[in-house]
Amino acid sequence: MTALLTTTGLSRHFGGLRAVDDVDFSLEPGEIRAVIGPNGAGKTTFVSLVCGRYAPTSGSIVFDGEDITDMPAHMRVRRGIAYTFQITSVFANLSAYENVALPVQRTLTDGRSRGAVRQGAMEALERVGLANRAHEPAGALAYGHQRLLEVAMGLALKPRLLILDEPTQGLSDGEIENFIALVREIARDATVLLIEHNMQVVMELARRITVFNAGRILAEGSPAEIRANSAVQEAYLGTVREAGA
Amino acid sequence: MTGEGEAARVYALHVAVIALLVALNFVLPEYHHGVLARVLVLAVFAMGYNLLFGYVGLLSLGHAMFFAAGLYGAGLPLYHLGWGVVPAFAGGIGAGFVVALAVGLLALRTSGVAFMIVTMMFAQVFYLTTLYFGEWTRGDEGLVLQQQARRITLGSGTLDLTNPVTRYLTAVALFAAALFATLAIVRSRHGRVLVAIRENEERTRMLGYDTFANKLTAVVISGIICAAAGAAYALLFGYVGSTFASVQYSILPLLWVLLGGAATTLGPLIGTLFMYYVIDITSGFTSAYMLVVGAMLILLVLWFRKGILGTLRERWLGWLP
Repeated sequence: MTALLTTTGLSRHFGGLRAVDDVDFSLEPGEIRAVIGPNGAGKTTFVSLVCGRYAPTSGSIVFDGEDITDMPAHMRVRRGIAYTFQITSVFANLSAYENVALPVQRTLTDGRSRGAVRQGAMEALERVGLANRAHEPAGALAYGHQRLLEVAMGLALKPRLLILDEPTQGLSDGEIENFIALVREIARDATVLLIEHNMQVVMELARRITVFNAGRILAEGSPAEIRANSAVQEAYLGTVREAGA
Repeated sequence: MTGEGEAARVYALHVAVIALLVALNFVLPEYHHGVLARVLVLAVFAMGYNLLFGYVGLLSLGHAMFFAAGLYGAGLPLYHLGWGVVPAFAGGIGAGFVVALAVGLLALRTSGVAFMIVTMMFAQVFYLTTLYFGEWTRGDEGLVLQQQARRITLGSGTLDLTNPVTRYLTAVALFAAALFATLAIVRSRHGRVLVAIRENEERTRMLGYDTFANKLTAVVISGIICAAAGAAYALLFGYVGSTFASVQYSILPLLWVLLGGAATTLGPLIGTLFMYYVIDITSGFTSAYMLVVGAMLILLVLWFRKGILGTLRERWLGWLP
């Protein structure tokens, strides 16, 4: 199978800091891939390079056979790369409905029927269980619901690659259970790249795990392989227990 | 989200406002009739400003140049080349389009305070240009467009823009066109994107929107509406002068919009009308009328941050567009 996403020698330096350093990474279509690593390992910078929020210092990115290294972010979104923000960044003053209507109308090509936006937006809200809160201002929703709304906005783009940046941060245990079920469902028709600190979520969802440390890929493999990897344990031990608590 | 009933209510309100303005033509005393015609044209200017400031969140301090582009774009060819009213009006809009596109392309490379400064500098360049070519523009003194030139011949009849009734109704027509254009834009999908850019530009980009292109479109539409106001001002009131390109006329639309309510369709009219009369009445008593305006603005900032209509919408009328 050809890879959906490949990065070759991808680097991003901030002054002297090599936030992402010579990363070769490849993602198969249909998989759920978790990216883990200690704080400051370069995970968010790495996915920001993929989705175009930052320009790389060097290296290249290929998505679905097309070189997207120099493509502006909004064009990448149109190619099917959706990014949900680590820090919840819904449109707080707009209703939940308006929040998802924006990505829905973007994906509509006919652009005529008013009903299509409404239908698409309500569908996206239903998938995350927020349909009954469509009219509430996004900023007034509970934090967990804002996280779900963020995911709904990503889903509404009908992405081929959905990048979730620490989606379960700040969620309760019950909400995390629902979230795992939601990601499994999303993965039926999209590839998921998941940055996550919660090891329970990572172990349950990911088929493969990529471990970042100091801007580089430290290890990559199945959950079992990663658990047994001594280098990972060295870099990561303690943080695992802390995050899992 | 907007339901069908709400849409009907919104359109009914706007149609009622236009109907009221038309009705006022027959009842207003002569002086106020003339004032209102002027206020309506200036309110169109404020509406153009509001589209960019209220809905997209871009604070420009250079909108006098778009108004003046319309003013000169219409006035100069009419005065020097003997153009008719209709081509002159089109010339004003064309000038607004060109200036807005050029300024937008350059100024939108910046944002926030830098955008304010850059737009203000461009407007100063425009203002100084009108003074530099004083041979053609007569600078501050300005040009007076002759009555005969401000007529439209339609078949056998003529439409005389210097006639108070014709002038008033033309101003209402222009106002109605700008009002419904604004309403259509802010209720459209493009309007939804503009508001999203105001709320969070980075997020909007990551939903796949080319925010630069959307902002540029908004600058151009805003510039065209302001230029239409400028062109109409020249043709209806017959005066074309550099004062309208000065920084004062960049600040005024901001104040009108803040007073009436940013991001409300009718706020610009209310703000312009209110401020015009405050100045008109207080200047009858004292030469320090700007002091009154200043005090009013302080009160506004302290208690009515969202302006008159913005406050009404927040407290009672959530459905106002």
